Amino acid sequence: MTTAATDLPPPEPSRPVVLWRRFRRNRAALLGLFLFTLVVGMALTAGLIEPNDPLRRAGVPLTAPFANWDTPLGTDQLGRDILAMLFYGARISLLVGVVATLISIGIGIVIGALSGYFGGWVDDVLMRITEAFQTIPSFVLLLTLVAILGSKIEWIALAIGIVSWTAPARMVRAEFMALRNREFVDAARNLGVSNTAMIFKEIMPNAIPPIIVYASVVMALSILLESALAFLALGDPNYASWGNMIGQGRAVLRTAWYCAAIPGIAIVLTVLSFSLLGEGLNDALNPRQKK
Amino acid sequence: MTEFALKIENLKIALPEGSDRPFALEGLDLEVRRGEVVCLVGESGSGKSLTAGAIMRLLPEPHVHVAGGAISVQGEDILAKSETEMKAMRGERVSMIFQEPMTALNPQKTVGWQIDEVLRLHTKLTRTERRARVIEMLERVHIPDPPSAYNAYPHQVSGGQRQRVMIAMALCLSPGLIIADEPTTALDVTTQLQILKLIRDLQEQEGAGVLFITHDFGVVAEIADHVVVLSQGKMVETGTAQQVLNAPQHPYTQALIASVPSLTPSPPKSFDNAPVVLKGTGLNKTFAAQGGFLSGRRKSVTAVDDLTFELRKGETLGVVGESGSGKTTVSRIVTRLLEADSGAVELDGTDLLACNPRQLREMRKHIQMVFQDPMASLNPRKRVVDLIAQGPIVHGVSREKAHAQARDLLALVELSPSAANRFPHEFSGGQRQRIGIARALALRPKVIVADEPVSALDVSVQAQVLRLLADLRDQMDLSLLFVTHDLRVAAQLCDRIIVMQKGEIVETGKTAEVFADPRHPYTRNLLSSIPGRHWTPPKLEAIAI
Repeated sequence: MTTAATDLPPPEPSRPVVLWRRFRRNRAALLGLFLFTLVVGMALTAGLIEPNDPLRRAGVPLTAPFANWDTPLGTDQLGRDILAMLFYGARISLLVGVVATLISIGIGIVIGALSGYFGGWVDDVLMRITEAFQTIPSFVLLLTLVAILGSKIEWIALAIGIVSWTAPARMVRAEFMALRNREFVDAARNLGVSNTAMIFKEIMPNAIPPIIVYASVVMALSILLESALAFLALGDPNYASWGNMIGQGRAVLRTAWYCAAIPGIAIVLTVLSFSLLGEGLNDALNPRQKK
Repeated sequence: MTEFALKIENLKIALPEGSDRPFALEGLDLEVRRGEVVCLVGESGSGKSLTAGAIMRLLPEPHVHVAGGAISVQGEDILAKSETEMKAMRGERVSMIFQEPMTALNPQKTVGWQIDEVLRLHTKLTRTERRARVIEMLERVHIPDPPSAYNAYPHQVSGGQRQRVMIAMALCLSPGLIIADEPTTALDVTTQLQILKLIRDLQEQEGAGVLFITHDFGVVAEIADHVVVLSQGKMVETGTAQQVLNAPQHPYTQALIASVPSLTPSPPKSFDNAPVVLKGTGLNKTFAAQGGFLSGRRKSVTAVDDLTFELRKGETLGVVGESGSGKTTVSRIVTRLLEADSGAVELDGTDLLACNPRQLREMRKHIQMVFQDPMASLNPRKRVVDLIAQGPIVHGVSREKAHAQARDLLALVELSPSAANRFPHEFSGGQRQRIGIARALALRPKVIVADEPVSALDVSVQAQVLRLLADLRDQMDLSLLFVTHDLRVAAQLCDRIIVMQKGEIVETGKTAEVFADPRHPYTRNLLSSIPGRHWTPPKLEAIAI
């Protein structure tokens, strides 16, 4: 045996470096990342912009943007500072987005993994339940849940998580069904690996990339759902949220369009940032991509 | 008309930046005369398929492109042609037979329609003339009942027949040059021989030139007039089949030919006194009928029918058969990755099939498996050291100890210790299979079941892995259940073989005896279909590559 046959190629750069390199190639994804950082920055610095209460009266009602530098983006019909509310709204949006996504992906992974790994009657039962959820339009279900639970911000996040787990569950199930038949799973089974370890240690790491990508979509959807609820005046009135701002701005849309337009733009950019980010992650995590 | 069907001069094909080498092909000179079969031989990554792509002008441009040289097909310069002119050339003057007919044929269209399409695009024949021509072509490639085959979809005919359809398609305009890219690699040996004969016959009738791309020296011995050997994009040797096969000049060719397993089995060793380690009795497995109600029932398939065998300590038992013979099912039943319908598998006196899940997990450490596809059988998200140490850790060995053992095993399978912290995709096929073997050995099993462990590897790597398996078997006193379709490999490694056909054992005995005097007609047929069986690789100094 010569050493040539067992010579190894030079070591590859570490995984994070490779991922960043692939991510960086997608310009749109970089824009997404930039916008996302901006939103996170807004959420973090909200306390600096307005140390007290964003919902307090800060100036003359319906001041136009750039007219008074105490309230650079103007005020709404109650005299509240739009800029401050925008920054605090970023907190709410991110909070709802993250919590709802964790809940939805969490339920989705458990249900999808069990049903894809075991198949048979487990799959049948779990998928019928999933279908039951899917047949109800998610927004109607959300309204019902909020009506039952009440419109505290925590309940809203939970309710959004509950209405949006079906799609991730189906996706995880499909991933598991495909991976379950791969030879490395047989190989692990042959070593005597238990079912739990098989699901979480063998198959899950291979199924994770598409789930992460999908999580960004769920995040964008959750933010939209929360805004839609607030728009219908079903949001939590104790917090400044972008949806609340649009809902209230609607009343003065013809005279003071900026009350609704500014938070509207914020929502558009945030949701856009998540979908661009998701696309970039898809490029970065796709194993078929080289370098 | 010139006498050359194909002439390639100093061809260079550039690879995109960042590839392992700048040129896929560097300075290839090749001539195919009319009525001649030229074999282009090389291992994976040698650039042989890209040559075919360049001739058809089907390279994935602009990443991979012809960087220099000239290709002329029947006197016409291919590289100067426009895309429209090329369209007319393809099919009419030069055509191609692909490796995998299932993917090369459109699953949505009937066989007849697809051959008809070629005629429709290139000729002005009427509908009825075309139909008559297609049926005539199907007859020429010896497809039984051509009119009904005309209306069959690709999935409704067998693998060998699909390849016949591809050949009919390639030949229906009588092109002067036929490029065959590994056309028999996906086929069973008996079918392979028929297809090789068919290509040879038709080519003689038509007087066409054939450029036959293959990695298998057996096939070369069977069909080639002329041989060109490629290594890493460089032409290392060219000559008549006689010269290259029997008196290779270049060290690379010599090493390749030395790696071809000889058909003469090694002298039999006697294991009659050794204790029986693994014993299968009356094993049955039927894959039940699927579907029903809405999806339409499919017939149930008997994969293994009343199989009984014994494996003694230190012995290697080969399970040989063609695809569909149930040999893979056997390997999955004895490791209980698949539940048998009935029967018993006794491992040191304990019936594996009667174990409850707990006992089974305990028993698994005595019987380990090496899988066919080393890429698919290694979890891509785990480091090599974790892959190898996984078994011992599951069976209660501490993490540090298991990792230390794993590093020792790497040395045992001749991998450098720095491999431990790498991921599987960083290795070549042969190296990955070594990792697979190390993983199987980590639990110190008594029996190793190997399911086609070398069929995905290049011939030189194959020889090394086989040698390693044999060494380890002798060193560690392992018993090996070796499933393979390759009779050459079986001849080299196995002490006894079982020949299976359609789930049943048709013959069993010492390898040397079965090869010398096959009793069952099926075994005889198998043995007489081995490509290049009349050619004995010359005794060369075995040089490892």
